[in-house]
Amino acid sequence: MTDLLSAVYEIFSSESTYLNGALFAAFLAFAATGEWVAERSGTLNISVEGMLLGGAFAAAMGCHLTGSVAVGLLTAILGGVLIAGVQAEMSHRLAADQFVVGLTLNILVFGLTGFLENEIAPETTLAGRWEIPVLSDIPLLGQALFGQRWPFYILYLLLPLSWWLVYRTRWGLELRSVGENPQSADVSGIDVNKRRRQSIYYAGATCGLGGAFLIFGHIGRFEDTIVGGRGFIAIAAVIFGGWTLRGTLAGCVVFAGALSFRLSIQGLGYDVNSELLQALPFVVTIAGMAIFAHRVRAPAALAQPFIRGLK
Amino acid sequence: MTDATTAVDAVGSPDAQPGRTRRGARLSEWSALYAMSIFAALVLSAILVEATGGDWRPVVSALLDGSVRRPGRWGETLATAAPLLVVALGTVISSKAGLVNIGQEGQLYVGAAVGAYFGFLIGGPGPINVVLILIIGAAGGGLWAGVAAGLRYWRGVPEVLSTLLLVTVGGQAVAYSLRWEWLLLAPEGRRGNRNQVSEQLATDNRLPRPDFFGNEFPLTVFISVVLAVIVAFALSRTVWGFRLRMLGRNPRAAQRSGVSETRYGAMALMLGGAFAGLAGAAMLTGGGFAFGNYQMVPGFSANIGWTGLLVALVAYEKPLAAIPVAVVFAGLRTGSSFVGSTGVEGRITDVISGLLVLALLIPAAVMLLRDRRRARAAATERV
Repeated sequence: MTDLLSAVYEIFSSESTYLNGALFAAFLAFAATGEWVAERSGTLNISVEGMLLGGAFAAAMGCHLTGSVAVGLLTAILGGVLIAGVQAEMSHRLAADQFVVGLTLNILVFGLTGFLENEIAPETTLAGRWEIPVLSDIPLLGQALFGQRWPFYILYLLLPLSWWLVYRTRWGLELRSVGENPQSADVSGIDVNKRRRQSIYYAGATCGLGGAFLIFGHIGRFEDTIVGGRGFIAIAAVIFGGWTLRGTLAGCVVFAGALSFRLSIQGLGYDVNSELLQALPFVVTIAGMAIFAHRVRAPAALAQPFIRGLK
Repeated sequence: MTDATTAVDAVGSPDAQPGRTRRGARLSEWSALYAMSIFAALVLSAILVEATGGDWRPVVSALLDGSVRRPGRWGETLATAAPLLVVALGTVISSKAGLVNIGQEGQLYVGAAVGAYFGFLIGGPGPINVVLILIIGAAGGGLWAGVAAGLRYWRGVPEVLSTLLLVTVGGQAVAYSLRWEWLLLAPEGRRGNRNQVSEQLATDNRLPRPDFFGNEFPLTVFISVVLAVIVAFALSRTVWGFRLRMLGRNPRAAQRSGVSETRYGAMALMLGGAFAGLAGAAMLTGGGFAFGNYQMVPGFSANIGWTGLLVALVAYEKPLAAIPVAVVFAGLRTGSSFVGSTGVEGRITDVISGLLVLALLIPAAVMLLRDRRRARAAATERV
């Protein structure tokens, strides 16, 4: 027991734990930010997994074709938005069931990227590491937050931007009203389904960036298993965070901690059963939702389709 | 979605037109839409194959060879269709009650594992043990879905997420149990060259596989069709089915008329899991070589849960329509093993089935919007 305690102490005092944690948290945060925007507009967008995978593959392809990371980021956004387009147009223009579309998209993108990866085998590089002076020298957290590869820092722009868009612009106000009471929003002249489509496109863009971050800032090459169900953890982070951006980020950090703990404890050579450790982040997520899902109020029209005149 | 369509249909049909011609026109409209979207999906797949330097014709012929044409293959296809159909039936039940259960893959895996564990533990005489494994498998899958039901109705966790996250947890739990001899792992010396494998079911503990014209498939094929008829009857012709559908269409009205949302919802979710678990146990006892060869192995569920879910979605929550859909998806699956020989990656079949599902969603959605527009036009005319 003391053995395990000292191991936990070792994990918490080592810089690599925080470095890994920050990588996992950033990846989740890219996806969760977009998902948060989509959910505020009333869409429980479960195609995050597919958007991330599609974004990652598009990033790898962009880099493969041009050799440039920046182009890879752009193609990643395009890839994410393309998948978001299918989700948005089918569920909020054609009124197909959003869960069905999302689930099918996840399966379709998984098959498609796996197929194309085998046919093309894109070659990618990692982005360069930027050390922010002074800040990166902070003990423990410095390297994790300010010594990462540069796509990481996009997050520092994306988070305030998303907050400002949703809470401080007219567009954001309309977006939130659409998520709370689509009938009233419709009566006051807001195009409900258009706002919802736009929010899904936004989610597609951030998920594309998340996929690109995974390729250029973390892993370095594309495989069809790199996302591995973490898109769903991002959805859980939004619920865990009670549909606020702050809470969503907190959720990302907590779930990333669980993911990172698994790597660290195995890295130290402790013989903890690998199956149980792999299930750990998912169990933590379920437990987190079980504790928090009841205490917070979801957008009132979450996951309810809007068709004018049909309630 | 279909419910909404019929509801609109009843309200929105302009009364000037006589019923029969209108119905005929609708039918042709539906078929045209379906034909167009399926064609578009197939053309997209063909373009994809051509774009990556393949040729689509041999792929089609390989798919047909692998699913029906070669000797013994259509038996294999039916054997694959049976668990798909059973999973789809469970999904139909839970979605009729308005619940989105997408954790069939895990429920199936857990059900099969629980069935196997108790099957070996009890080890009764052959036929009785087979039935026991099937029943316990169903119970295991149902209880696994019951976790999600409990979270949904006590803690307000959306079942979409909990069922889905439980897939991974279930998969890891079964993989864990395959590491310990007191759980599922076969004793030393009976594992062959693998380290995570359960004992094989004894020959008298397997479902019989009758042989028709050189095609053999397990009894589950018949069981699944009977189950489809039972589910179709129960949903459309019994009080229980009526209450379930009422809950799905309007939970508030159901609550007011005395249908407990917690009770019926949890029951529907657990039944969905039970069907998935039953499918898993049926794969174990009757699946043969395609599914783990009568023993539990990691990855035993082999995406049958996911595909079964797609079958239910494509069949628009109609139990009987799920039968042909299950056969089509099973054919894509058994055919895919032959595609590799054409030089095109076999995973193209995943893409084809994904595109097909998306394509099949379009007609109903288009019709719903078109009906809305007609209804609105009719309403303004009357004013």
